[in-house]
Amino acid sequence: MREELIGKRYEPFTAQVDKWRLRFFARTIGETNPACFDEVAAHKAGYRSLLAPLTLPFSLAMDFDQSLLVLKDLGADLTRTVHGEQSFTRFAEIFAGDVITGQQEITDIFEKKGGALLFAVTRTRIDNQIEEHICDMDTTIVIRQQLS
Amino acid sequence: MEQPIFSSISVGESIPPLTIGQIDRTQLALFAGASGDHNPIHLDDDKARQGGLPGTIVHGMLNMAFLGRLLTQWVPQQQIRRFSSRFVGMAFPGDEITCLGTVASCDASAGENCVTLDLVAQNQSGEVLLKGSATICLT
Repeated sequence: MREELIGKRYEPFTAQVDKWRLRFFARTIGETNPACFDEVAAHKAGYRSLLAPLTLPFSLAMDFDQSLLVLKDLGADLTRTVHGEQSFTRFAEIFAGDVITGQQEITDIFEKKGGALLFAVTRTRIDNQIEEHICDMDTTIVIRQQLS
Repeated sequence: MEQPIFSSISVGESIPPLTIGQIDRTQLALFAGASGDHNPIHLDDDKARQGGLPGTIVHGMLNMAFLGRLLTQWVPQQQIRRFSSRFVGMAFPGDEITCLGTVASCDASAGENCVTLDLVAQNQSGEVLLKGSATICLT
């Protein structure tokens, strides 16, 4: 247990939302909304550029190793780690061309099953270049610990 | 897209389901690249087994992205206020995933017409992979 990590805030990260990447992500999830691929369709739908799929902000945080930083602080092995829960509390959309800023904070750390499972909960707040609060992402990471 | 209207929604009704074709390892490799999640448990059977898994598993966030598509084929994305899921089961290459949503509650008390959906992603045997929830505001 590393309760002293609760409240730890990581350095903010800044990500450019690239059109190519947004389309690639949309294609690999099988997205069918033309506003994710075609700028004319996006404009017609009232968006300023290509629309980022709902869960893309999680990947923008992955690019900056946000979960890995937490695992490193916990001394946990990636292959013994699973994603337990994920939520998005949403206020605005992300579009291609946006520059988003994120900051992650550890909000809870606890054990279950006599220490066999370690849970780390983080919140990452995402804002964009025009200071809109885009979303808060709450992530629960579960680590299967080897009991000695 | 014909949009759902709050007054015509009732608790217990289902939204149109979304069925995903068989997931293969190529899709996992592409999603690893697109999503930035390069954890070897999704790409490398040997590494997955070393971690105590039966083999490579589907990214939880790929299944959650499918649940997201279930929502955005029903309403425009900006109407989705909250979207969450618990990753309760593992999906493997070869699985076929179905995403389902049911209206759990309707609430117009906060000045907006909001519905809460219970969400499920399940495999071809009906085993639950994700249990989720979404809060959506309707006109």
